[in-house]
Amino acid sequence: MTLTVNGQAVEVAAPVTVAELVAARTDQRRIAVARNGEVVPRSAWAATALTEGDEVEILAAVAGG
Amino acid sequence: MTEDPFVLAGQTLPSRLILGTGGVPSLDVLARAITASGTALVTVALRRVEASTGGALADVLERCGVRLLPNTAGCFTAREAVRTARLAREAFETDWVKLEVIGDERTLLPDPIELLDAAEQLVADGFQVLPYTNDDPITARRLADAGCVAVMPLGSPIGSGLGIRNPHNISLIRETVDVPVILDAGLGTASDAALAMELGCDGVLLASAVTRARDPEKMALAMRHAVDAGRLAFGAGRIERRWHAQASTQDAGLAAL
Repeated sequence: MTLTVNGQAVEVAAPVTVAELVAARTDQRRIAVARNGEVVPRSAWAATALTEGDEVEILAAVAGG
Repeated sequence: MTEDPFVLAGQTLPSRLILGTGGVPSLDVLARAITASGTALVTVALRRVEASTGGALADVLERCGVRLLPNTAGCFTAREAVRTARLAREAFETDWVKLEVIGDERTLLPDPIELLDAAEQLVADGFQVLPYTNDDPITARRLADAGCVAVMPLGSPIGSGLGIRNPHNISLIRETVDVPVILDAGLGTASDAALAMELGCDGVLLASAVTRARDPEKMALAMRHAVDAGRLAFGAGRIERRWHAQASTQDAGLAAL
């Protein structure tokens, strides 16, 4: 299935959860995930299966004013 | 000297200087600047993970032992800012947020309509909201009435180094609201920070003035002293301005020569 992850179209083998997608991209601890604009709490990552066309943002800390 | 604690959102902070981390040349320089500044609260932002420094920033801040104040930099609407704040709460495990809702790329000035809307939503959602706002006493009052834990008026546009363009408005804001007033944005050098405190501000938030200084560590130390000096001067009570001189040495007993 096709997802949009941080603005890039990516092909992944279904099924995939938010937790699996995050683990494949980073080992940082301080991460936040939005799925179709809504926050996915860390406690729900493992139970949240992604579906075709989902837009996912995986965010981390950067320096900022 | 009497105790003068800085209480923000129910927490007592050991420093009235809040340091922004944007613009640092390296994480090593950031760590030294934080230490020199004496700050206990620093801002961070959220961006896509590919643009981050792989967790190194969070590690440095953790080692410095500072509390994090996530911002919503880059948001132009209440909707974006509320979503960013909720994501930051997940990532950084804090309900404190520096709320920025910008109206224009060129000036980076706040959009007060979107800002108030976002502040109301975030307060209702349990956030401790510290809004970056225009130097307008009425907007500041509206934000305080909405339940923000502080108001953070700008001195001048972000990163401009132009200092405090309207000191009168900053004083008016200080006498208008009961929450802490934190001068945020536009400061260029130590005297700007001292002036903010002399005007009665409870704290100062600055980034570029330190991170883009030729020697960030030295400027961080200067800002620390400036904030302390300005606060002391405010508490001490300055003399009235006079048009003409007033001798400080008595006339009585002056020799006839």
